[in-house]
Amino acid sequence: MDDMNWSLRESHSFDRNTIAEIRRAAQTGLYRIRGFGAKRQIPTLDDLVFLGASMSRYPLEGYREKCDTSVTLGARYASKPIQLKIPITIAGMSFGSLSANAKEALGRGASEVGTSTTTGDGGMTPEERGHSTQLIYQYLPSRYGMNPDDLRKADAIEIVVGQGAKPGGGGMLLGQKITERVAEMRTLPEGIDQRSACRHPDWTGPDDLAIKILELREITKWEKPIYIKCGAARPYYDTALAVKAGADVVVMDGMQGGTAATQDVFIEHVGLPTLAAIPLAVQALKDLDMHRKVQLIVGGGIRSGADVAKALALGADAVSIGTAALIALGDNDPAFEEDYKKLGTRAGFWEDYQDGSDPAGITTQNPELAKRLDPVKAGRRLANYLRVLTLETQTLARANGKSHVHNMEPEDLAALSVEAAAMAGVPLAGTSWIPGQS
Amino acid sequence: MSGGQISGGQNIEVLDLSQMPLRDANARLQDDAKPAGAFFKVINPRGAHALACGLDSEIEVEVEGHTGYYCAGMNKLARVVIKGNAGQGVAENMMSGEVRVTGDVSQSAGATAHGGLLVVEGNAAARCGISLKGGDIVVKGNVGHMSMFMAQAGTLVVLGDAGDALGDSLYEAQIYVRGSAENLGADCVEKEMREEHREKLRALLDKAGCGDVDVSEFKRYGSARALYHFKPDNVGAY
Repeated sequence: MDDMNWSLRESHSFDRNTIAEIRRAAQTGLYRIRGFGAKRQIPTLDDLVFLGASMSRYPLEGYREKCDTSVTLGARYASKPIQLKIPITIAGMSFGSLSANAKEALGRGASEVGTSTTTGDGGMTPEERGHSTQLIYQYLPSRYGMNPDDLRKADAIEIVVGQGAKPGGGGMLLGQKITERVAEMRTLPEGIDQRSACRHPDWTGPDDLAIKILELREITKWEKPIYIKCGAARPYYDTALAVKAGADVVVMDGMQGGTAATQDVFIEHVGLPTLAAIPLAVQALKDLDMHRKVQLIVGGGIRSGADVAKALALGADAVSIGTAALIALGDNDPAFEEDYKKLGTRAGFWEDYQDGSDPAGITTQNPELAKRLDPVKAGRRLANYLRVLTLETQTLARANGKSHVHNMEPEDLAALSVEAAAMAGVPLAGTSWIPGQS
Repeated sequence: MSGGQISGGQNIEVLDLSQMPLRDANARLQDDAKPAGAFFKVINPRGAHALACGLDSEIEVEVEGHTGYYCAGMNKLARVVIKGNAGQGVAENMMSGEVRVTGDVSQSAGATAHGGLLVVEGNAAARCGISLKGGDIVVKGNVGHMSMFMAQAGTLVVLGDAGDALGDSLYEAQIYVRGSAENLGADCVEKEMREEHREKLRALLDKAGCGDVDVSEFKRYGSARALYHFKPDNVGAY
């Protein structure tokens, strides 16, 4: 940039990223497939602030007065609900998209702080089950590796209708990552570009889903909570229909939710931002008198205790993290800068999870790269990160005078933009105006 | 619940769904404490959903009447005979054992089954064998549209005709049809029927109780394997 001629003017419509993508498309004839999540700027939880306590609200003493973070999930119908010590869960990510070491590290980190981790599109591995004290088993359209024994070994079942990165899209796993073990688990030929179905093979709507849930409960003796996970497409109606179908827990994943491999056009252009999705899902639960009876887990772009606290204040019971958890393990670590450069990228920009060449050894099936991730050390980093998220969440809850993180409420929040005020249903800062409501 | 004996002195336990909740009937069928080879008769199913699902032992279950969705779902080891019609997703995700339906079945029969044998003596509706992962399905009548969609492994044998888009996006599963296929789905092609295929088909038909059917009357279908990788040339097929 040093030798840049200052009279050059970059087009807003055709900036360098856009030009690069047009050139790439013209050369390959295929859409761009990548990992990570939405990268463009959208309204987020950053557009909200907590008001804090003052004359009319009493704060709690940090480190002295208790601020409870425990969460019970799935008590609506399940005889063995999930008990978490913190309101932050690990989102579903498959063995296949991630290395076995990465899955083990996720289990170690989550278990150390008393929360759950989740399988993904490809079945349950012994490493993952063995290192996860609470493991949620995803029940996906592909049913790769799905079997009743693993279903019974799980602590809860998450029926995946969609995910934030691609509501309405099926999974992908490109040939570089379909190794012998992955192929065997998924009953696929080695090395093919795998396309997962986007719809379940044996049910099509909420009425069918209610019967599918009955079957899953009958097979698991009504012990295990049933989650339904949706990408944030129509959160009000999706939540209401999930409740009708018999869900114990609804998982709502905003458009910032990450992925191991999806079309870029899908990642950036389908689904609602997490900020917009939460109030709609909460409203559906309240209209059905099911708020706090059917729990709501929110995912998609959760990075900090501030994000966690704001999601809970808007009415969520817990959050899930995926991309942030991978970063805590070591994804995009500057220590691998030279390797990132060789791949034509830089630490902090790496998004080619689909490629299998991850220098950090996380989103790969290459044994040499996978060895780079020590599951014990990576698990410890994740546990530390989860502790920080929890401490930050408690800090904000106490500042608002709340002795349980679930006691935070929309009244504790203000919005920094008209858009955020309208989406979150909280007043624009400095006013009593909630666009669309008053 | 009541009891009795069938020929040979084997005990038979009757589960009457007009007298007991589904949960109790399934709990009895799923109970690990049963003797090996135990025989159960379920009466008055009256279209019950999720009946005899999640079985995990070598028992025999005879259902006298029609069943709803997901009958014998995720079956392992057990032999289940439905004397009637079965609703959506019969024997879905079966791992092993055998499920036989004397009447017709609704859509998604045998969906995602990893193993075992499903025999349908009547017709099967749409998406029969969808995403099949290793099980075998024999349908004596016809199958509906999109049957074997994305099927990965295992075999579908159709003694009648197959509907629209048979075997669309097929992986390594095999399809044998005695009648006509309305049309083939993306990447599904007719393949040469060699002796090894005739032998395999003959064995499967014998197992299904159709040993008198002439295997030379069948055509074999499988994947052209042209869509296994994303290529610009395939865009028209996606």
